[in-house]
Amino acid sequence: MSDAFLQVRDLKVHFPIRTGGILIGRYTPLKAVDGVSFDLNPGETLGVVGESGCGKSTLGRAVLQLIGATDGAVSWLGTDLTSLNKKELIAARENLQIVFQDPLASLDPRMTAGDIIAEPLLNYRSTMSKAERRMMVEGIMERVGLLPRMINRYPHEFSGGQCQRIGIARAMILRPKLVICDEPVSALDVSIQAQVVNLLMDLQRDFGLALLFISHDLAIVRHISHRVLVLYLGRVMELADKAALYATPRHPYTQALLSAVPIPDPTQERNKDRILLTGDLPSPLNPPTGCVFRTRCGKATDLCASQTPKLERAGDGQEVACHHWKD
Amino acid sequence: MSDVPINKRRSGSNLSVPNADALDKAADVEGRSLWQDAFRRLKANRAAMISAIFLIVLAFICFVGTAFVPWSYEEIDWDILEATPPNFATGHYLGTDSLGRDLLARILQGGQVSFLVGILATSVALVIGVSVGATAGFVGGRVDQFLMRFVDVMYAVPLMFFIIILMVVFGRNFYLMFLAIGFVEWLTMSRIVRGQTLTLKNKEFIEAARASGGSTTSIILRHIVPNVFGVVIVYVTLTIPQVILLESFLSFLGLGVQPPMTSWGALIAEGAQEMEITPRTLILPAVCLSTTLFCFNFLGDGLRDALDPKDR
Ligand SMILES: Nc1ncnc2c1ncn2[C@@H]1O[C@H](COP(=O)(O)OP(=O)(O)OP(=O)(O)O)[C@@H](O)[C@H]1O
Ligand code: SF4
Ligand SMILES: [Mg+2]
Repeated sequence: MSDAFLQVRDLKVHFPIRTGGILIGRYTPLKAVDGVSFDLNPGETLGVVGESGCGKSTLGRAVLQLIGATDGAVSWLGTDLTSLNKKELIAARENLQIVFQDPLASLDPRMTAGDIIAEPLLNYRSTMSKAERRMMVEGIMERVGLLPRMINRYPHEFSGGQCQRIGIARAMILRPKLVICDEPVSALDVSIQAQVVNLLMDLQRDFGLALLFISHDLAIVRHISHRVLVLYLGRVMELADKAALYATPRHPYTQALLSAVPIPDPTQERNKDRILLTGDLPSPLNPPTGCVFRTRCGKATDLCASQTPKLERAGDGQEVACHHWKD
Repeated sequence: MSDVPINKRRSGSNLSVPNADALDKAADVEGRSLWQDAFRRLKANRAAMISAIFLIVLAFICFVGTAFVPWSYEEIDWDILEATPPNFATGHYLGTDSLGRDLLARILQGGQVSFLVGILATSVALVIGVSVGATAGFVGGRVDQFLMRFVDVMYAVPLMFFIIILMVVFGRNFYLMFLAIGFVEWLTMSRIVRGQTLTLKNKEFIEAARASGGSTTSIILRHIVPNVFGVVIVYVTLTIPQVILLESFLSFLGLGVQPPMTSWGALIAEGAQEMEITPRTLILPAVCLSTTLFCFNFLGDGLRDALDPKDR
């Protein structure tokens, strides 16, 4: 594959967690991301969904190498980011940006909006004059729907939605090729969520961005994504085109997630089969053997406990990791 | 732990920020940086401004005023040889102490020592404390372990013991005392800075800065230092009075400045012995010292508020 844009191959992030041991600590790996692979094409949006704690943020950070990967490869335009040194990594990040979940926490409280948005310029366009920088900042502020005269305000003087727009402006000012959005709207009001999502879609169209859109809200993911990756305990359960995933979910976990989304039609809503997820998410420190979903799966058999299902093709543009998806 | 000084001192700050809103409007469109902003807010805080001006004037008088006083601090007026009330004819504008030395000249010279010790020793503590604390906090791991265990060991060494050893090894030296005090005071500073750095390090905006292409150095300078500064500045203004008091204690024990040289602390100690006969010799230096300490506290409070954009 020579036209590779972003290729993630068997990515693993394990955090060593101290478990017992009095003097000499004993460490158990917490497998936050365990063998995730996917491709992303230019201008495409890949939605990543899953319950809280299933490793979505860790996956996003590992793609940017903000967290080192334990194993696997993240290849960006043909170079493996995991093999770069600090300097090369900084250079590569010019095209890779991120928008964070908590809008206020991701902005330095002692910097003005203008300084925050201009920070990538200081790092990557250090020859730029102050006036040029200011012009670019004002331009992007306008583009994301902020009044340029607010350039000197501090983060706490903005609303959550405005803070997120500052975060988006900072991520967009270098015109990156890929932006990772880590639940960019989950901290916002519903009415503002729509505005921010639409802003992201507009920017994507105008700049030709690829987005890795992390969320636990299936409705938003459906609105924004081209393809969707379903994550459970750090593993891929299903990876499919949006239409296929929402029309014919193959994996029991995806089916359960989708059946929990309310349908706006009352008759349909009343008649639909609800698959309830029973039990809690197992601890990622001690995941079930075989298929990690088996403790909560209605279709689980002995095979599921003994063998880990591999991702296999289940139709056009649809891959699923389940032994019994055909049943 | 490191929050205690702030919270304790919060009440009663914010004395006056009369028309900060109007100032903001005016500054809205022009460029502004944290430091410019902080200075603007500081100027709007009347208590802090008065304190700052007072301190500058007092320091100026102490350092320059000695030239205009007819007597020097060590000269004994052989015609008097006892404590006398102010007398303009002899040039003793504030009278003399029990040995017949001019009190005004001694207060000015004592002020020089107290200001110097306060500022120099605190600077030593500031530089060592901030660099050790920030390094330990940001780098973490073994470096952190090593530095903090060293601090623990230093804490365990009794202060007097440490200073006496220094005096014995290097002899009695005026500047050595500043260093010695600074070497002791940096311990707490480094712990405070380390704690602050640790909490900052895991904040999302630091990660955001890294994602925006910041190097470790630029992150420390652009994000860690300004965010730690507010706490450090308060601690500095608490340390200055502490150091001045410590110096007077050392002088009292004979480990500090040597007579005939003096400091405010030493003057107070001397004055206390004669306070029933000549209360003047106690009250005058005591007033100078306490007003100075008071002003440093106000200034520190004002600086902290000024450096926090949320405190408008
Ligand atoms: N720095 C870390 N050290 C140890 N464990 C971590 C660390 N970061 C994340 N984890 C663990 O990894 C797992 C995945 O965390 P992650 O933040 O990626 O979840 P998430 O899917 O983003 O959840 P949410 O929807 O709540 O944001 C969790 O069990 C979490 O406790
Ligand atoms: S592999 Fe078995 S346990 Fe896992 S999802 Fe499929 S049926 Fe359920
Ligand atoms: Mg997350």
